[in-house]
Amino acid sequence: MPRLPKLAVWKFTSCDGCQLSLLDCEDELLALAGSVRIAHFLEASSAQTRGPYDLSLVEGSITTPADRERIQHVRRISRRLVTIGACATAGGIQALRNFADVEEFARAVYASPEIISTLERSTAIGDHVPVDFELRGCPVDKAQLFEVIRAFLAGRPPAVSAHSVCVECKRNGTVCVMVARGTPCLGPITHAGCGALCPRYARGCYGCFGPMETPNTTSLAAEWERRGVPRRDVLRVLRTFNAAAEPFRRESERHVD
Amino acid sequence: MSTRTIRVGALARVEGEGSFTLKVRGGEIVEARLEIFEPPRFFEAFLRGRSWAETPDITARICGICPVAYQMSAVHAVEDAFGVAVSPEIRALRRLLYCGEWIESHSLHVFLLHAPDFLGYEDAISMAKDHPEVVRRGLGLKKVGNQIMKVIGGREIHPINVRVGGFHRAPTRKEIAGLAAPLEAAREAALATVRWSATLAVPRLERAEELVALRAPEEYPLNEGRIASDRGLDIEPSAFEEAFVEEQVAHSNALHARRRDGSVYLVGPLARFQLNRSRLPEVVRDAAAAAGLEDGCRNPFRSIVVRSLEILFACDEALRLVDGYQPPSEPCAPVEPRAGEGHACTEAPRGILYHRYCFDEQGDVVEARIVPPTSQNQKAIEEDLRSFAAHHLDLPDEELRRRCEQTIRNYDPCISCATHFLDLRVDRQ
Repeated sequence: MPRLPKLAVWKFTSCDGCQLSLLDCEDELLALAGSVRIAHFLEASSAQTRGPYDLSLVEGSITTPADRERIQHVRRISRRLVTIGACATAGGIQALRNFADVEEFARAVYASPEIISTLERSTAIGDHVPVDFELRGCPVDKAQLFEVIRAFLAGRPPAVSAHSVCVECKRNGTVCVMVARGTPCLGPITHAGCGALCPRYARGCYGCFGPMETPNTTSLAAEWERRGVPRRDVLRVLRTFNAAAEPFRRESERHVD
Repeated sequence: MSTRTIRVGALARVEGEGSFTLKVRGGEIVEARLEIFEPPRFFEAFLRGRSWAETPDITARICGICPVAYQMSAVHAVEDAFGVAVSPEIRALRRLLYCGEWIESHSLHVFLLHAPDFLGYEDAISMAKDHPEVVRRGLGLKKVGNQIMKVIGGREIHPINVRVGGFHRAPTRKEIAGLAAPLEAAREAALATVRWSATLAVPRLERAEELVALRAPEEYPLNEGRIASDRGLDIEPSAFEEAFVEEQVAHSNALHARRRDGSVYLVGPLARFQLNRSRLPEVVRDAAAAAGLEDGCRNPFRSIVVRSLEILFACDEALRLVDGYQPPSEPCAPVEPRAGEGHACTEAPRGILYHRYCFDEQGDVVEARIVPPTSQNQKAIEEDLRSFAAHHLDLPDEELRRRCEQTIRNYDPCISCATHFLDLRVDRQ
């Protein structure tokens, strides 16, 4: 019997939604378990096989001193390391602390903030260790997640496009919500992958897949303002689930009054 | 005197990061501790200054397993603050969406996380080799829950269609009608699940904590109701903070909730069932009676049966809502922000989820308070561990450790939610 590749799933600071995407593949889960050895996946199994692992999927951002050490260990025991979701690729919504005083945040939530161990900034996994592929989304799209696993097991690059959500709307035949209805939409600067979900529900994209490659954030922000969106709402939409992704962070700075 | 320590450094088959320690000295349990090392994310802090309109999307990100619960508590709290009334059609659509999350979350827990404890497996994948029909049934049910969320919410995790006042777009009759056939099959699968779960061998344990859940006049509670208990508590959600307090303990990044008088209480399926079983449809009441639960259930190990009954309820209720679906004339009620305070409590799969927001006159959040079900259940979990272990100290370490983990999983703890949770160590000296 050939040796099955070993898959590991790791969690750092996150909501668990991206790793749940794997368990949400109800039709494919048992077949996947036949083609890989799920060697470490705490949310799904008490069984833990020692590394090294052929493929590690990493969810979550780095927000504690202990996790800053743990990610180094995970990298050392992983042949390939893929980050999944906005927390792991850009620091997630908890990166809103990067624009504030984390000690004040701790005081706002905890009566004894001094016993809480936390870092001043929430950072992406790629800020700490080399990453073989970053899969975007808050949460990731489960079809894309499956494609990434298949591609890495086959030793080929994943078929995941870096173009904008706009391309997905055109492909779906969805009428542009910004042009036709004046709804502010982050689609022109946002990374594809969700299938242009929000415009299909009569809503503007709110950027949960983070920036596309080479986004013209300034031009889109100006267009939003021309349509009457207050500056602080432009700031807010850029500073949500991918606030620390560089193009969004940089553009957001221009909207701080 | 030597101390026996049983410890699990990273709990498996729970949502989020926790550990557990049990210390026994001279036949006495000196410590039973659930530790939450899931890092804090400070939601209540960074919500300040955000717009009322952002609260459902932001708070959904607290939990990937129960985002709809967060979205529902958020929209109801904002609507309470602004005096927004929604149409019966929007109310029904929200109830259908919530049924989807209950089916998905309960099926995940019953089949993939909890059942392996009862049948002696490390996970559902190894269990599937010997019990393929059980695992397939579970995955099938879970998929139907996800289908509901996908049709109404746009996607399963962090749905995009919920907004204060209603929805961005109301689903078409055809989209909703497509759910009827899968739900018919799911209701049969759920009935089979109740019968199967009732055959699982469980340890004896009777708990006497106060049981707290929402109670509505006629329906089994999801989105609304008064906060009630089996000891006579009966308050509006706005009085939550008068009845319950949260305190910080050194071993947890999750705050522990208690009653004002310091006593421990319990939320979730056992509490909901105890307080609301007369409001269940006949098919669910009959299934409960056949499972031996017509008088309620105080054994947390049988929560798997109660969760199965709630899956059956949610499938039945979802079918009723699908059959009666009327698209709302407007997908969203008008919302006029104003200064003020709003409260809401809804029934997340794991129990009541409380949100309170204070807004300024523009509708920006001035203060936010969120109390998730798992932080309310932490104390009850520790007391269960203590009580269960005290009667099973004769077990060898490995078996005692396994049983303690099962005790924790009885509550389907959601650690990501509770952080603001768990490490099992049995420490025997």
